[in-house]
Amino acid sequence: MRELRTEILVIGAGPAGIAAAVSAERAGARALLVDMQAEPGGQVWRGQWNKPTNSQSRRWIAALRQSPVECRYGLRLVDFAAPGLAVFDSPDGPLRVRCERLIVATGARERLLPFPGWTLPGVFGAGGLQVLVKNGWPVAGKRVVVAGSGPLLLAAASSLRAAGAQVLRVAEQAAATDLARFATRLARHPAKLAQAAALRLRLAGVPYRCNAWVERADGDEQLRSVRLRIGRYSERLDCDALAVGFGLVPNIEIAQLLGCTLADGAVVVDEHQHSSVAGIFFAGEACGIGGVDQALIQGEIAGRAAAGSARLSFGLRRARTRSEHFARSLNHHFALRDELRQLAAADTVLCRCENVCYGAAQACRSQRDARLQTRLGMGHCQGRICGTAGAFLFGWDAATPRPPLAPVPLSCFTASPTEENPQESP
Amino acid sequence: MPAEVRIRVDGVEVSVPAGCSVAAALCHAGRSATRQALDGAPRAACCGMGICFECRVRIDGVERLGCLTRIADGMEIGCDA
Repeated sequence: MRELRTEILVIGAGPAGIAAAVSAERAGARALLVDMQAEPGGQVWRGQWNKPTNSQSRRWIAALRQSPVECRYGLRLVDFAAPGLAVFDSPDGPLRVRCERLIVATGARERLLPFPGWTLPGVFGAGGLQVLVKNGWPVAGKRVVVAGSGPLLLAAASSLRAAGAQVLRVAEQAAATDLARFATRLARHPAKLAQAAALRLRLAGVPYRCNAWVERADGDEQLRSVRLRIGRYSERLDCDALAVGFGLVPNIEIAQLLGCTLADGAVVVDEHQHSSVAGIFFAGEACGIGGVDQALIQGEIAGRAAAGSARLSFGLRRARTRSEHFARSLNHHFALRDELRQLAAADTVLCRCENVCYGAAQACRSQRDARLQTRLGMGHCQGRICGTAGAFLFGWDAATPRPPLAPVPLSCFTASPTEENPQESP
Repeated sequence: MPAEVRIRVDGVEVSVPAGCSVAAALCHAGRSATRQALDGAPRAACCGMGICFECRVRIDGVERLGCLTRIADGMEIGCDA
């Protein structure tokens, strides 16, 4: 097995990871940046590596290109064989990385919730379809319904439309009053207000409904129609695709694996982004959903701190406080309604990998109990989808993941290491 | 770079746009479902970002996620993972 050495290993090359790696190098440390995708950018800067479209991504991508940070892509973390020894799987086979300190910037995933028909081909996450389209999924001319909750719906609808889709509806489950309050809060963040206004303008002509959610999806081999609930009314729409996501949840598997303290489903960090475990820092959405501005600030702080430069500038502190206020109002105003807990029928699949139905899971006390009784969460995705849904549906605590974090060839554990960059070892 | 690449899907040769993901390529190739659930129901890409594993396929004999893998000329893809 190939082995690399570095001073600081940064896992995740989205905005937080890029800012962390670049800042660590600027502060005099050696950093290795890895990501499971084929190029840097994460979800929010997907496709921007060769074509940055905003000033933030332009600035940081240029900084990464000019930085001596070593980058490796297509690497998926499997386990830590020992503290400071990460094991990755890649298309070129397994790879081990020895590091002195670790910065984890693994971002967030979408919360997907079960309803009848949600496993049909043609039903995607909201951000999910947006991402697939950015990677070439053909959506031109297709009829798409966008549903779920949060500001991501507008962004998804806008980029789907730009790719030629016919967006039939945007269905936001939050109440109109909550959205109005959110808009008022937005006024304190002019850049975000302008962003929202531009999105609405690009979506001119697309009916946007509050108090609206998908009750069911129907089709045979693939999605044919959806039924929306809009307040007291229901509406059936024939469509080719449904993009539905209920906000974002932090990816915390690595924190759980390393025993870092969590609160409310996010990693607890101090003012230097340091977790409860020595030498392990977290930045970005893993510490709580807050968007790209917050991710960049936290990445910069984590990178400097991991490089041993602990002093925080006044500007960074202020920027962080400001972004935290915005994040709190976001989470408050898009709180999920109770009706969403009633959508799945007893025979609706909850665990997509092991085909465990809602009814069977409902009878279990916890995710761990459901694992033991029904195999829920024991398939390929290791409970990333159904465990997250279960946390909302039943109030389950996230079950602790066990290595390997993803299905991998046995060679990840058995091959003996050969050092790849010995010139860099001390 | 050519605008199209040739791949084989379950043994059938097709042309798909170069530069897209394997998941997108399969959709271009007319495959709405890319695996079967335990009960035989059709499934396809869902989360788009390597979380749900619904888009898993065999690429040149090795199980990979279609959404995280870029298409390449000559790829042999099997929808039975």
